[in-house]
Amino acid sequence: MNSYTAHELHARLKNKEISSVEITEAVFRQIETVEDKIKSYVTLNKELAILAAREADKKINSGENIGPLTGIPIAIKDNMCTKSILTTCSSKILANYLPPYNATAVEKLKEAGAVAVGKTNLDEFAMGSSTENSGFHTTRNPWNTENVPGGSSGGSAAAVSADECILALGSDTGGSIRQPASFCGVVGLKPTYGRVSRYGLVAFASSLDQIGPITKDVTDAAILMNVIAGHDPLDSTSANLPVPDYRKALIDDVKRFRVGLISELMGNGIDEDIKKAVKEAARLFEKLGAIVEEVSLPTFEYAVSTYYIIAPAEASSNLARYDGVKYGHRSKEAPDLLSMYYNTRREGFGPEVKRRIMLGTYALSAGYYDAYYLKALKVRTLIKQDFEKAFKRFDVLISPTAPSAAFKIGEKMSDPLSMYISDIATIPINLAGLPAISIPCGFTNGLPIGLQIIGEAFAEERLLQVAYTYEQNTDWRKRKPSFAKASEGKPKL
Amino acid sequence: MKIDVDHVARLARLGLSDEEKKLYGEQLSRILEYAETLNKLPTEGIEPTTHSLPMKNIFREDKAIPCKDIESITINSPQEESGMFVVPRIME
Repeated sequence: MNSYTAHELHARLKNKEISSVEITEAVFRQIETVEDKIKSYVTLNKELAILAAREADKKINSGENIGPLTGIPIAIKDNMCTKSILTTCSSKILANYLPPYNATAVEKLKEAGAVAVGKTNLDEFAMGSSTENSGFHTTRNPWNTENVPGGSSGGSAAAVSADECILALGSDTGGSIRQPASFCGVVGLKPTYGRVSRYGLVAFASSLDQIGPITKDVTDAAILMNVIAGHDPLDSTSANLPVPDYRKALIDDVKRFRVGLISELMGNGIDEDIKKAVKEAARLFEKLGAIVEEVSLPTFEYAVSTYYIIAPAEASSNLARYDGVKYGHRSKEAPDLLSMYYNTRREGFGPEVKRRIMLGTYALSAGYYDAYYLKALKVRTLIKQDFEKAFKRFDVLISPTAPSAAFKIGEKMSDPLSMYISDIATIPINLAGLPAISIPCGFTNGLPIGLQIIGEAFAEERLLQVAYTYEQNTDWRKRKPSFAKASEGKPKL
Repeated sequence: MKIDVDHVARLARLGLSDEEKKLYGEQLSRILEYAETLNKLPTEGIEPTTHSLPMKNIFREDKAIPCKDIESITINSPQEESGMFVVPRIME
């Protein structure tokens, strides 16, 4: 039953066909079966999860009206604060950190009665595209354990794909929800910047970071958005706008929708099988009555450079707080304050984090600020304007989510630049602050391919409608990695 | 491109081994050379974007609220004494 979606389970919980404890136990059985091969989690909380499940069952049995996430097991990326539960960011520098408070998104899940299964693995401080930069271990792709699950929310995406939870929270700074969702064959939605509170999300690049759902289908993404979206006085960048009921956008209809296929993401550097799958998706939209045309966003070729100046610059400032004073690791070699800083940070941070701190510090340093940082901020304006122009002609834009399917573990680790360039399709969306969703749209060599659908700011409903229509008219999501079958033979619904 | 790795590491308060300095020096040069492509794009008169959406300062009342549970914070401190963080001596 752990392979079901939240909305399927909710209906059965309401009818008392099953209990939340049964679902939660099925999830933990699956974890016991596959986790040593997949390694999605950094921390598991079975006891707390069972307690929360019992609490949910009590509500159901007393006839209380329950919400769509009550009693549903959810995984949380380990860069979101969970009160008194380890929050490590997969970094040795935070290996023992126990937050004194919950992130707003986590608090909202708790209020909704969801059951927190555990904290999932990520590239250290969300810096990476494969989880290989985790300070603890590399998560494996459930479709082929020799391949990466993508990143940085690789643990969350793998856990959803391998049925080690029902749904999950991820965070996305340059593609960290969408690319792993694409690699693991699940749905990943990056909301508009400001749509979901960042309070309690450990900061990487504050002008780009955003929390969002990773789920088994589009309906679950809408359900999770209904819970986590909204203004939060504790995050001054969260948007003070009303939150629609995203489930109302789940309509199987794209007639007369204007769909723009981004030509820059259908050329060189994108695998042939990926282009073929996206073209087929475009043809399906046409068949369903949409108007599909190619659209050029010429500044896209500058997006990776822009991002890898801006994001490390913000990171170098945000990560200054890891100084060995208030929390986290402190070096034993600390005869004076300065050596305490130097040694604490040398011992605590992994190679990619050090690289980005160095890069960001350089880009912000005297003499280079204008040439790199200010220049990147100006190009960011041009990228934003390219999108604005495109959205005058189109309702949504589509593209591959990533230039290839999941790559082999180790393949890109020796060349940081090749890893950075693999974010080409997702990065521009963060720079412009727009919402985008990745949904499964095919397979190549047994590995899933993701279709990215991009919308205007706060147009999540339109994205969800287009994604839902695609999902209803294809059956990619019915395919499961062979791992997910591990618990077959156990009681079914 | 030559980068003064020692200077940058000092600014970042980051201790690096000689090996790391060599590696990051080379990698940063390559990444920055790649970033040079930005110079192909004219940006005269273009306003920089620091935030993707229009933002304004948000103000709240400057009101002190007592911290009820200091221990939940100091429990994370590497060295703590009477609710205060202890650091190496900074003055002789």
